[in-house]
Amino acid sequence: MTVIIDSSASSAPPDVPREIDPGLSRGDRAFHGTARAIGMFVLVLTGSIGLFLGYQAIPTLQRYGFSFFIEHDWQPELDRIGISSVLLGTFEVALIAMTFAFPLGLLTAIFISEYAPRWARPTLVSMVDLMAAVPSIVYGLWGFFLLQPHAIYLSRWLHQHLGWIPIFQVDTDPNAASWAQSRYTASAFIAGICVAMMVLPLATAVMRGVFAQAPIGEREAAYALGSTRWGMVRSVVLPFGRGGIIGGTMLALGRALGETVAVLLIISPAFDIKFRPLEVGTETTSALIAGRFGEATSAQLSALLAAGFVLFLITLATNTIAAVFINRSRSGSATEI
Amino acid sequence: MTAVSDTPTTTTAEQPPVVEPPVEPPVGPPDKPPVIAEDRPRELGGWDTDMTMSLWGSLVGSLALVWVLYEKVLAFSGSLGFVVCWYVAFLLMYAGVTKLGNPWVVVKDRLSGAVVTGAALVVALALLSTLIYTFWQGFPALVHPNFYVEDMAGVRPTAPLSEGGVWMAIVGSFIEVFIAALFALPLGIGTAVFLTEVGGRGSMFVRTVVEAMTALPDILAGLFIYVTLIVGLGFPKSGFAAGMALFVMMLPIIARSAEVQLRIVPGGLREAGLALGASQWRMVRKVVLPTAKAGLATALILGVARAVGETAPVLITSGASTFTNYNPFRDPMNSLPLFTFSAVRSGETLFITRGFGAASILLALVLLLFVVIRFLARDRGTRR
Repeated sequence: MTVIIDSSASSAPPDVPREIDPGLSRGDRAFHGTARAIGMFVLVLTGSIGLFLGYQAIPTLQRYGFSFFIEHDWQPELDRIGISSVLLGTFEVALIAMTFAFPLGLLTAIFISEYAPRWARPTLVSMVDLMAAVPSIVYGLWGFFLLQPHAIYLSRWLHQHLGWIPIFQVDTDPNAASWAQSRYTASAFIAGICVAMMVLPLATAVMRGVFAQAPIGEREAAYALGSTRWGMVRSVVLPFGRGGIIGGTMLALGRALGETVAVLLIISPAFDIKFRPLEVGTETTSALIAGRFGEATSAQLSALLAAGFVLFLITLATNTIAAVFINRSRSGSATEI
Repeated sequence: MTAVSDTPTTTTAEQPPVVEPPVEPPVGPPDKPPVIAEDRPRELGGWDTDMTMSLWGSLVGSLALVWVLYEKVLAFSGSLGFVVCWYVAFLLMYAGVTKLGNPWVVVKDRLSGAVVTGAALVVALALLSTLIYTFWQGFPALVHPNFYVEDMAGVRPTAPLSEGGVWMAIVGSFIEVFIAALFALPLGIGTAVFLTEVGGRGSMFVRTVVEAMTALPDILAGLFIYVTLIVGLGFPKSGFAAGMALFVMMLPIIARSAEVQLRIVPGGLREAGLALGASQWRMVRKVVLPTAKAGLATALILGVARAVGETAPVLITSGASTFTNYNPFRDPMNSLPLFTFSAVRSGETLFITRGFGAASILLALVLLLFVVIRFLARDRGTRR
């Protein structure tokens, strides 16, 4: 700081401290302004989508009130609209997907980062990344044409032998001489397996990325103490990668909740409140939107937007949780020379 | 990856503090001449006779056992059941054989290795089957040259594969993704520059919102454009609307991955540029952006690869044409995923084959983009 002189006493012009920070040049001010403007524009654009969906949902929520969340039927012509069955179906498909994707993804990630031979690892890593980039329609084709004809036998087997558990029930006789194949097709179970395929590479990639960062010192320490490979994985890699495991799972769950096309291809719409995933018919939020937007009047569009808004809030929540966990285990600091 | 060193402090808070091992090899020449043999690292992945024999013995033994029980004694059927029974029998047998001459720790280690490898094999088979099945089913359509250059205008649904093709879908995909990238690239990189180079008030908020919008389900991007552009502003269903929907979906992806790429530009380069008297804008333009060039290209291609395969947004916004339409502002426009979707839903056998053909082209396109990403990433890796 400069010395403060009581300048009011003297008649000389007051001393002004030299400006140490010259501030930005005109060019840089323009640069900052432009960059900030772009940032704000993107903020407004992307933020407005969320606000817009919420705003459009208001008329529907006013009209149907809380029954919008309770009513299970979607019959605009009878003025009965609700998303309880749709939300149930969305979660059902996503949960089935995660039952398959979580253990398989976790084990595959462990395999790639710990068990695969060193020379094969880069190839396997890029294979997983590639599979994550495969369009969902391709997985939909796989599920519909290749998986479904085989999966119905699995569904029937589960029904035959575990049918006494409510969730494995199907409303038909599995032991009939000519069993009703169509009762087992187009189910949440098959859609769930298909979505599991879709989100598996994503979950694997995230988990593997975190496992690969498990500190080498702790690994070596575990080995030095005489640990086996599995002992090392259990005591070093898995505890270290817990954030990545949770984050990758949540990220995959968010994707599974929002998946449209693969589900739309496989399921046949049904608006019942039921938890019988092996049975034909279910509905998810995004499949509902994709199937109904065409013939929708403006009131129905608002209802679809309200359903979409609820879906968005759910995926937003899952992704935020995922981001918290992943960021906790991954450094974002800058590289230094 | 960047800065592994400061990660343990954040994630392993619950763990007991682990003493970092010394960086240098600890064994130096001792004062007295050593009497012990030279240090050698422990063999971890070695295969001795015991391991090899118990593994292969259990594999073959369980196969034989399950075959006899499953096919002959119990008369089950179904290949899936057989494989599952074989695997379970193998695990049991492997555990038993290993236990004969090893402690539990080794049994657990080998069993977990078998489970992990088995799961990875299942995943690899399932994922590879997706690729192979698509190309296999699409092959009958892909061998016809007309499939690539003709459109479906006036082609009967039952017409043989030597008539018609997916040119309109290829063109449509290209135009829509181009429109999306045209808007998303400058805005995405601009946002990334704002977040990393300018910062200040609001940048945290922008980052949060952009990250949140990557959670937007693809169908909602389409619905948003449908309601605003098509229903609200009376725009026709067209390639432009589809491009906008893809843009909305792509922007957060590009912005976020571009930000990551700019963040890993070394701070020393920035400071060197500023120390030479460059203005900040000049420094960004001459130092930061060129350094991150390959990474930014990766971000773009990542967004493009994602957008080109998206079905849900274009399903809502573009309509589906059977004719080739080069004008994105008028008339419906088809695209590869949309054509695939509508073709396989038609139920006609030949149309399904065409759908698989279009999916194969789409897949090949994604593969190509992916190879380009890898190439760019590798290029950067060698230069550092």
